[in-house]
Formats: sequence, C-alpha cells, structure tokens
Amino acid sequence: MSEISAPEKHQVTRLSANVAVMNQYAGGAVAAQSPLHHADFASLAGKSPKVGGVMLRELKLLGHLTLRGQQNNDSFMAGCAEVLGVALPIQPLTSVEKGAVSVRWRSPDEWLVVLPAEQAFDVEKALRARIQGHYSVVNVSGGQTILELSGPNARDVLKKSCPLDLHPSHFPVGKVAGTVFAKATALVRRTGEERWELVVRRSFSDYLWAWIQDASREYGLIVN
Amino acid sequence: MLHIYCPHCGEYREEEEFHCKGQAHIPRPLDPDNCSDEEWGNYMYFRHNPKGLHHEIWYHSTGCQKFFNITRDTVTYEIKEVYKMGEQPSVAAKG
Repeated sequence: MSEISAPEKHQVTRLSANVAVMNQYAGGAVAAQSPLHHADFASLAGKSPKVGGVMLRELKLLGHLTLRGQQNNDSFMAGCAEVLGVALPIQPLTSVEKGAVSVRWRSPDEWLVVLPAEQAFDVEKALRARIQGHYSVVNVSGGQTILELSGPNARDVLKKSCPLDLHPSHFPVGKVAGTVFAKATALVRRTGEERWELVVRRSFSDYLWAWIQDASREYGLIVN
Repeated sequence: MLHIYCPHCGEYREEEEFHCKGQAHIPRPLDPDNCSDEEWGNYMYFRHNPKGLHHEIWYHSTGCQKFFNITRDTVTYEIKEVYKMGEQPSVAAKG
C-alpha cells in the first residue's frame, strides 16, 4: 500500500515488505451501519406481530475473516487452532463453534471465521505472527452480513429460496452449504433445530430482505 | 436439470450451483514463443464438439468454488464420471 493511499486516521501495521494490515474496526466512538441499516429492524421489531412462523434478525457488524491455506501445511492448521481456540473443520460442509467464534468450512482450503468485530484485528495479527508458509487471511467484515431465520416455518422459507436438500436426515445441525439463494448466493448454516444462518453479500442484503419478507408472508414474519 | 456430484463438497447438488467451463484436458504448448501459428490457434480456439462422451471442466461457483472434471454424454446428458483436477478419466472419450 503506498503512502498516498494509506488512510491517515488508521494505524497501518507493517508486518513484512509485502503485507500491510489495517484495523477495519472503527471503534465504539464511530457509529457503524450494517448493510440493512435502512430497514431499521429495531423499530420494526416493536411493530411486528407477536405470532408468526418465521423469525428474522440480523447478526450485524460482526468480524468476518476468510482463511485460506492447505491442510497439509502443519503451521497453518496448528496456528489457526491455537489462535482461534478451535481446530479448523476439515470434514466438508461442517462448522465448529467455540464461545463467540464460529468457523465455517467453505472448501478444502478455505474457511470463514466469524467473531466479534473488535477481536478481528487482534486475531488477524496473531494468525500472521504464528503461521509460516503459503496462506492468506483477509478481513471481509465489510463485505457481508448474516441473517438469521428461525421458527417452525424457517425451513419452508429456505425451501422456496434455494435448491439444497434441507431434510433433517441430510442437513443436520452444524452443516454448512454454499448455494444459490433467491438467485443470489448465500452460505447457509443450520445452527439449531429450527434456526438457520445465511451469510450474504452486503450488496444483496436489501434484495434478500425484500425476498424474505415476500417468501415468509404466508407464515407470518416476526422481525427481531 | 443435471444433478451433479461435487468431489470437493462430497454430495450431489443442483446444476444451478455450477458453471460449465468447456472442454477439459487442453494442453498448453510447452514453448509458446516457438510453436507454430497452427499449434497456438488449435490451443486457443479449436474445441471438440462431440456427439457422445465429452470431458468438461465444471466450476462449483456458489459452493466450494473449486474446478473439477466431468465426463458427460452429450446425447443422453448422462454423467459418466466426476474426477478432480489433475486426475485422468477412467471412462475415456474417443479422440
């Protein structure tokens, strides 16, 4: 990163000749807005009906880190396990969770780590300090957000929206699958018997909010 | 709709999660600076269009975002085999 394009407000930490990492968490003093800020879920929650088949909430402004590395790179696998406190899931389509940190399998050499936003920079720096060899850590917090669908009809909304086989025998709790969701893309994860999380791109979040309202109308949508 | 087995995700998914990226196993000329125009032209532009078995590259674009190979019958659309990049097909098309 050249000196001209480096933001002045933020401290740029130079870890080597080729890597400059920046804390993307602006801190509590700056009012951050999620991609669905304009939908104003907080005031919708007060007005929404108390009975319905689908509950929606946004798990907003979390830290998202994309980790890439080979499974045969011991430094990468051990370093991630040490820094994150939990080993990367190597079984395809699975996820692990420990405390506020969750790790989703995306491909044999890619994982998505979701953690509190204020921890993202420290974790990124710790990973870079610990891992040797060919790997990548990218903070993608600003590029995506998470929508949580829950309730007895949440699965029905998903069935309308994506081509996955969502039968409990095929999609157990903890399973993760990247798929087409309402012609956009989403990383779907089942977090409970009737609870699902969708990691969606920020530029699609308004469209998907509109889609979810329409798809859940027949069951009754409760915004939390 | 094709029902495609992704060798990286380890399960069948719908065709809309994938993109077909064309003919597989196209070797790049080892010495591009010194190959003939015909060799380079064949590498760049000329593709098989068989009636029958065809080896294709597919991309799991919304899933694991990995490329892999499929041997598919272009007449019946039957998928004969799915195998990873770098592997050779056990069901080989002619030519």
